[in-house]
Amino acid sequence: MNIKKNWWKFLTVGLLFYTVIAGFLGKVPAREILNETIRNLYFHVPMWFGMMALLFISCVYGIKHLNGGKLKDDLIAREAAHAGIAMGVLGLITGSLWARYTWGTWWTSDTKLNGAAITMLIYFAYFVLRGSVEDEQKRGRLAAVYSIFAFVMMIVFIMILPRMEDSLHPGNGGNPGFSKYDLDSRMRLVFYPAVLGWVLLGVWIMQVRIRIALLEEQYHSDQSNSQSVSL
Amino acid sequence: MKKLSTLFLSILFAVTGFAQATEASPQMADTMRSEGKIYVVVCVAAIVLTGLIVYLVSIDRKLGRLEKEMESTRNKNK
Repeated sequence: MNIKKNWWKFLTVGLLFYTVIAGFLGKVPAREILNETIRNLYFHVPMWFGMMALLFISCVYGIKHLNGGKLKDDLIAREAAHAGIAMGVLGLITGSLWARYTWGTWWTSDTKLNGAAITMLIYFAYFVLRGSVEDEQKRGRLAAVYSIFAFVMMIVFIMILPRMEDSLHPGNGGNPGFSKYDLDSRMRLVFYPAVLGWVLLGVWIMQVRIRIALLEEQYHSDQSNSQSVSL
Repeated sequence: MKKLSTLFLSILFAVTGFAQATEASPQMADTMRSEGKIYVVVCVAAIVLTGLIVYLVSIDRKLGRLEKEMESTRNKNK
């Protein structure tokens, strides 16, 4: 692997190993109910950071596609959304498990939880929409416009609404976030590298998916070219 | 009779207590067994992470080879 071009992949690996080792062995504040599960902060929360970063990339490339009409931009938007939703699903599953042992239930009708679930559904619909349009240009434009709305709805559902209603989730509705007193300087030392590491891992997976899709695109265009030549 | 049973119980507790004490002492390779064996968890998580990273890197490299191949066939066809 080319080190100059792929230095950030080495950084990713380093950060993730640091997260796993320091995440389990580092000192954490002792809290009732949470106990050692406070360490989930290094694994559950970065999933959402990763999802939001990737969906942001998806939205930006959607806008780029609307401006330039390049199919490559649409392809990047698609793959970024795909990788982002994969991280979001992991966030939902880990959050559900964490809730089982702290709040006592796998799922509860909480603003933040339902907001996250609705966000997933909105993005599932994004892929359904893509699948239902044949024409490439039309599909790209429709998907881009939809993804702008979807991104804004995600911000509303997981950033704004939970702060206006009561929520069990830390950081929302009068509940102090981890940042208030749980996230002390010892945890910050692991948390910030963990967020960066997991986000970069998501970007890495996204990059691999984009490269596969581009290769596919080239292969198909070459094939159709050779067919038109032989005809 | 009551005294006897108390004595018996206290001996039993003492013996089990002693047994636990002797059981605890000959444990070796103590780093991996200390602090509730948390280091075992760290190792497992690190192995899982290593496996996933190695897998991702191998996909990445394979993809790099395919990209080169595609480029060279395209250049040939030009």
